[in-house]
Amino acid sequence: MAGRNSLFGPVDPAQDAGYEAPPARKGFFTDTSVCIGCKACEVACKEWNLLPDDGFDLLGSSYDNTGALGANTWRHVAFVEQPAGRVAPVSLGMPGVGPPAGALAPSGASAGGLGPPAPAEGAPNLLEALDGGTETEGDGHPDFRWLMSSNVCKHCTHAACLDVCPTGALFRTEFGTVVVQDDVCNGCGYCVAACPFGVIERRKGPAGARNVGIAQKCTLCYDRIGDGLEPACAKACPTESIQYGDLDELRERADARVRRLQDEGVEGARLYGHDPHDGVSGTGAFFLLLDEPEVYGLPPDPVVTTRDLPQMFNRAGMAGLALLAGAALSFLGGRR
Amino acid sequence: MTGTTADRDTRGRGGRRRTHGGETAMVPPAEFTSYYGRPVVKPAPWTWEIPAYMFAGGLAAGSSLLGAGADLAGHEALRRSGRLTALGALGFSMAALVSDLGRPERFLNMMRTVKVTSPMSVGTWILALYGPPAGLAAAAEVAGMLLPGSKAAPVRLLVAAGRPAGLLAGLFAPPVAAYTAVLLSDTATPSWHEAYRELPFVFCGSAAAAAGGLAAAIVPPEQAGPARRLAVGGAVAEALAEHRMERSMGITAEPLRTGVPGRLMRAARVLTLAGAAGTLLAGRSRAVAVASGAALLAGSVCTRFGVVRAGIASALDPRYTVVPQRERVDRGEPVRHVAG
Ligand code: SF4
Ligand code: SF4
Repeated sequence: MAGRNSLFGPVDPAQDAGYEAPPARKGFFTDTSVCIGCKACEVACKEWNLLPDDGFDLLGSSYDNTGALGANTWRHVAFVEQPAGRVAPVSLGMPGVGPPAGALAPSGASAGGLGPPAPAEGAPNLLEALDGGTETEGDGHPDFRWLMSSNVCKHCTHAACLDVCPTGALFRTEFGTVVVQDDVCNGCGYCVAACPFGVIERRKGPAGARNVGIAQKCTLCYDRIGDGLEPACAKACPTESIQYGDLDELRERADARVRRLQDEGVEGARLYGHDPHDGVSGTGAFFLLLDEPEVYGLPPDPVVTTRDLPQMFNRAGMAGLALLAGAALSFLGGRR
Repeated sequence: MTGTTADRDTRGRGGRRRTHGGETAMVPPAEFTSYYGRPVVKPAPWTWEIPAYMFAGGLAAGSSLLGAGADLAGHEALRRSGRLTALGALGFSMAALVSDLGRPERFLNMMRTVKVTSPMSVGTWILALYGPPAGLAAAAEVAGMLLPGSKAAPVRLLVAAGRPAGLLAGLFAPPVAAYTAVLLSDTATPSWHEAYRELPFVFCGSAAAAAGGLAAAIVPPEQAGPARRLAVGGAVAEALAEHRMERSMGITAEPLRTGVPGRLMRAARVLTLAGAAGTLLAGRSRAVAVASGAALLAGSVCTRFGVVRAGIASALDPRYTVVPQRERVDRGEPVRHVAG
């Protein structure tokens, strides 16, 4: 089981976990450049996975009244509002939808020209309903841009949550994903502190809900993908912002997509989590972003904490020996 | 809702960051971007039980060492206090640990597996190795106290088991004191992870100071020499390690200096050093020894609560997650795996 790169470095996680000839690693490619912020993924996830309601709070953060991923939120749509610059609009190539000519010509300061994406055909135009969204500065350019992004558990190649779980409740599936077994978790909460993306959380409530006291997060719809179905969020996404499939193929698709956006002048376009040499050795759920990760609440350079575990145990061993030696010296060091 | 307002919101309290493509590439350390100032990582859902557990575990470990050493050196009172304190502290720490779980009735699920990548699993097994001999040594002590000179075979057997059990407990004691530092460091919590080099020394020093201080307070002064030396050595080691730790942590040392955790850490330093000084100067004065012991115990409690609370504060403020990572990226040194 413990291979060379078992703590850090590129591996096939399912094989590293001991599966012989596992199926292709599955994942999500979330292309935020075509996200329209409809939250269909959040809703579909809640419904399929029977996630309890957290109650309704107005958070004062644009259209995001969910706030963050957590025990009861396994898909979370972030809404970032940024002042726009003066850059010419660029077509985002929404699947099946052209950019609305002239209307809402998007622009962006840092991403070099991405405005609010056009809504899917037939969908109500959220943008026009938004006071300020269509506000211009007299030259047809909107005065801010929206970034929307559906966040989810990354199903890391090296998943700290899984590494630190003392009960084995978190396990690696044959698809290379990371899943909690509700009936094994004892609610120690270690995984919560270990996740570098702030994903997994111990369910606090509401009172009477299932699995209170137990760590909860996205399973990549383990109960669906085993039957050849796609996860509920990907199924519900109307713009193909959430794409599910074999990770290798998704990575190729993402490479092509990001290259196209960059060729078209979308400077800010970059992939996040796609690189098997990064601090978590790549994620099973990765993203195309239009700005720095931290703008979306993602860590800019996440590292799996267990990468340093050998040194940590080393240092603790030295400290323990020092304590033993100190105690011995206390008895040898004089006769009083 | 205007772009400007939302912009201020999305930038946390760090203010504006550089613009892309411009020449203003350097990010001053205080400035960073976040999503509406929300945390990036989640804090451990741990309340007072965990630092209390860590304090009591350290006290038990130090006491077992004193008990084992006193047994070999023939200090009867010191041996007795060491063994009994160890059991009491261990019992308390186990109760705190179980009560902290989200599903306490599933405590034994940690015995399903041995996982070296999980310090909590490793720690559970360390405690499983340490607990029984520590308990046996204490039981032998009690038997010897209640039934002195008893000829009954079970009692004689129990008393005879005291020495090997006590020595074994002493051998497993240092890992009990040290592993809790790894438990904290092996997380994405900035002020815990970045402390991983020195934190075990801080915790081991604190364990020695607490156990030595307590024993020096309850044992007759003529037998308390080793306890006094352990207390002073532990206190000095803790202070030095803690100082070094804060210097090696970069910006993630801030939560150790500010707010409630900052006050706890300062209290820990004052109490520990005062307790050590008092222990040195106590001489035959029981009153000074008791006051010094109390200060050392309180200092050890403050150290654990301070470190745990500082970590939680560091997780709640996105600054401590984002800034060090952003600086790495901007220096062109993101963490990467290099084959080799
Ligand atoms: S994102 Fe967090 S919860 Fe998801 S697999 Fe990675 S470490 Fe675990
Ligand atoms: S809370 Fe549950 S899943 Fe998380 S580390 Fe503890 S036992 Fe494992």
